[in-house]
Amino acid sequence: MAEKDSAPTPTEYIAHHLTNLTFGKRPDGSWGFASSAEEAAQMGFWSVHVDSLAWAVGLGLVFLFLFWLAARRATAGVPGMFQSAIEAIVEFVDTTTKDIFPHKNPWVAPMGLTILIWVFLMNLMDLVPVDWVPNIFRYWLNVPYMKIVPTTNVSVTFGVAIGVFLIVIYYSFKRKGPGGFLAELAFHPFPKFAAPVNFVLESVTLLAKPVSLALRLFGNLYAGEMIFMLIAILFSASIALALLGVVLQLMWALFHILVIVLQAFIFMVLSTVYIAQAYEVPEENGH
Amino acid sequence: MVNFWTMIGISVTFFIFVLICRAFVWPPLINAMRARQERIAQGLENAEKAEEALAKSNADAEVLLRDARAEGQRIIEQARAQATMVVDDAKDHAREEGERILTAARAEVTQEVNRARESLRQEVAYLAVVGASRILSSEIDRRKHSAMLDNLVREL
Repeated sequence: MAEKDSAPTPTEYIAHHLTNLTFGKRPDGSWGFASSAEEAAQMGFWSVHVDSLAWAVGLGLVFLFLFWLAARRATAGVPGMFQSAIEAIVEFVDTTTKDIFPHKNPWVAPMGLTILIWVFLMNLMDLVPVDWVPNIFRYWLNVPYMKIVPTTNVSVTFGVAIGVFLIVIYYSFKRKGPGGFLAELAFHPFPKFAAPVNFVLESVTLLAKPVSLALRLFGNLYAGEMIFMLIAILFSASIALALLGVVLQLMWALFHILVIVLQAFIFMVLSTVYIAQAYEVPEENGH
Repeated sequence: MVNFWTMIGISVTFFIFVLICRAFVWPPLINAMRARQERIAQGLENAEKAEEALAKSNADAEVLLRDARAEGQRIIEQARAQATMVVDDAKDHAREEGERILTAARAEVTQEVNRARESLRQEVAYLAVVGASRILSSEIDRRKHSAMLDNLVREL
């Protein structure tokens, strides 16, 4: 843990690690990076979490670069080790999405792959010890805040979930037409006379999809990161607690490997399921 | 609290990533994999066909080999029989020839013996006459006694 001016209290430490590097419009009208959590909060609407966005974009580019490398040299001949590894992932995504989404659509499988690997890489940053990168930025580069796990930021998980949600809406309209989509929302659980009730219920169901996608991922990763921080506090408490912290860190990191992969997989599967539901055209009503 | 512009940024990024993945990453990989699958299936099929062909040609070869072996055996036996015949012929021939030579030699020997006997007889007669003439000096006239001497020679 870093001590410079005065040792931070655990509360200060955690609060610091939970603050995003925020760029925005200060109350006095000037633009710049917020130097404290309060200032970041004051920026309100006209602000952006630069660290989450940069790490998310960077990790996405890592994903695309790795897979593009494999794709560039892909041949039907004997694949190398790297090629085989990439192809195993592609094969896995292809079969998984085909199982859930049996329709012909050239976008769903690439979308699943993008979600799986991108979310996985963003989650993976959680295994980097919580102090390393923030301290490098803080003391070497003079950047006050640096949250390196984009998926512990609810804005990021909502960003991906909204992307999926827009795809769901698009295919609902495309497959059922505006009337059909509306009919699905209004005439579903109860008969037609209860259309307003139906509409409220179905809208909630519809909106629950991106919300659950976003909050599930965010909750898992946020809780994971929080526990890593609590363990990190142990390191500076006493030797006995630090030793306990070493054991806990190891155990939690090992367990977290499972969480990281599982959450990425769940995000991909549920996104595919939601799009598959959007594709389903009711037989009895037509439109 | 959700930061609006971060969320929008991530959504836009998400769409761009999916687009890039769809355009440049997914198709080459999946196409290569499908092509390889096709190739492996084709290869297995070909291997099966080749195996069948091999089995068939093995069977054919065995039949041919068996025929060839039988034919060879037949030819060898024929050759052996012929050889036996030739050798027998040669033996007979040789025996006959030998006998012929032997007979001729024997006849020659007999002839030689007779000739020698004749010559010896004349020699002895001559020697007897010479001896007698030496003994009797001139008492015996060659011409007078030649008939007697001839008799003597014949009796020898």
